[in-house]
Amino acid sequence: MSRAGRRLSWLAAIVRHALLLASGGLMLLPFVWMASLSLKPPGEIFQTTFSLLPEHWYAVENFGKALTTASLPRYMANGVIVCVAILALQILICAPCAYALAKLEFRGRDLLFALVLIGLLIPHQVLAVPLFVLGYNLGILNSYTALIFPFIVSPFGIFLFRQFFRSIPNDVVHAARLDGLSEFAIVWRIMLPMAMPAVIALSIFSVVSHWNDLFWPLIAVKSPNLMPPALGVVIFHSGEASTEYGPLMAGAVLVILPLVLAFIVAQRWFIEGLTSASLK
Amino acid sequence: MKVVASPGHDASPGRADGASANRLPARMPGDALAAFALAGPAIALLLILFILPVAAIIVIALTDWQFGMKSLHFIGLANFAAISADEAFVASLRNTLVYASIVMPGAVLGGLGVALLIESGSTLRSFYRAIHFLPFMATLAAMAIVWEALLHPTIGLVNSTFAAVGLPTANWLRDEATVLPVLAVIGIWQNLGFAMVLFLAGLKSIPQDLYDAADIDGADLWLDRLRTVTLPMLGPVAMFVVIVVVLRAFEVFDTVQILTQGGPGHASDVLLHTLYRESFEFLRAGYGAAITVVFLVIAMSLTLIQARLIGKKVHYQ
Repeated sequence: MSRAGRRLSWLAAIVRHALLLASGGLMLLPFVWMASLSLKPPGEIFQTTFSLLPEHWYAVENFGKALTTASLPRYMANGVIVCVAILALQILICAPCAYALAKLEFRGRDLLFALVLIGLLIPHQVLAVPLFVLGYNLGILNSYTALIFPFIVSPFGIFLFRQFFRSIPNDVVHAARLDGLSEFAIVWRIMLPMAMPAVIALSIFSVVSHWNDLFWPLIAVKSPNLMPPALGVVIFHSGEASTEYGPLMAGAVLVILPLVLAFIVAQRWFIEGLTSASLK
Repeated sequence: MKVVASPGHDASPGRADGASANRLPARMPGDALAAFALAGPAIALLLILFILPVAAIIVIALTDWQFGMKSLHFIGLANFAAISADEAFVASLRNTLVYASIVMPGAVLGGLGVALLIESGSTLRSFYRAIHFLPFMATLAAMAIVWEALLHPTIGLVNSTFAAVGLPTANWLRDEATVLPVLAVIGIWQNLGFAMVLFLAGLKSIPQDLYDAADIDGADLWLDRLRTVTLPMLGPVAMFVVIVVVLRAFEVFDTVQILTQGGPGHASDVLLHTLYRESFEFLRAGYGAAITVVFLVIAMSLTLIQARLIGKKVHYQ
């Protein structure tokens, strides 16, 4: 490369980093602001002069308030319970169905697959009123069951598993049958372990969606003891703390922290998991 | 090909290799039974949790039903006539369109620009990708409250920064003129990283020989390669990203519910928020169902276009 060319590419690299740091900085700004306010006492929050770090550290008070008066630990425990239950049931129900669709011949298979595709077309918010009525008639509203039941079958999960199972050679299935494995055993002991990328993608997609979901919890539960994190932080915000930004920001930090930490550790998996739903 | 004999195949040994593609022929009479045992729970739940509710919402939209009523009273399309005459619904439909028409170009062009910049060099790629993608996965309900603090009329960073450099300040979320554009900025902030990763995937799939060919043709500047190879090859991906982002824009709810409740007046009412308010706050289920059907038709049309685009992309490769 010529000297001029080298200088040009050096200049291009600087421009690239400058632009990406600028846009990345804008993306991160709300996170930085959140962290900054969560460390400050009320007096400094209401100052008009800006500083990133507090003069008097107030983190203990802010996080303490978020953890005690707002029962953030309860909301987060609810989030874990709901997310784990939904994911476990999704895998339990979707994997055998996906195996049947991918590897078995039976009458009605195309009809079943059409059913899955229709399920993929429907935005979940559309189902809210009928599911609310169903939950009311079953007497399960305002319970963990109410938060979980609409999501236990995932058309996306069935679709994703079916894709992966189809790519597994039929010989594997034949061999397992010769070994005397039942169809269910083939699903759990052969197919699912071979489709780990699909399991991870579904897990991340499912957990992130339901940890962050506000729409259905707003409808399904009224008792603060049952609220998942997104709804909990909203209730904290609309309650007495509505202008106490220190504790509010501390609460926001705690709610987003588990997913953000997991994202930093497994960035590639997160991006694949969260985009695979659109690439279905 | 390895041939594995199994009792069920004796009747039709030829089907195992090649002809039946990648699917197993029926093994024995019990096979259909096994299939339904495997798929039964999913079939039942798909019917109960997806298909019947969709049918129910369409039926409810044709009635004046409210929560708790024992019988259905059909009133034809009266609910649809009522919503199209309702200022609040018309405003929410218009606002959703305006919101989507700001978020779409902002997130798509921003995402494309960032993706091109990331791909144009080899350093810090995953770092830049991560910081742009972070808003997409962080709990939006919590981040909405952070945005409220940023946009606060007296202590917010936005107003103090704008005042310092001489730009106009406002009570952004309480002003009819600014509330929807500001919500759209939050929408862009959230979705830009999503568009970016879809574009990054598209960029990776462009064959290297096209760039080599462009080099031979004398397109040795980055800008030339961008114009002659990258952008034309990204066409199908870009169409796809546009639809996905519009679909997500139509589903805006959390920020509106937390920051504005549709106000001031109806200036920031959007479809899902109106749907929620009519159905679950005013408890007018029939009326809410008509809004739901409108939302369903829009979302399904967009998803069908998206599915066709994916189909095209597969043929293209």
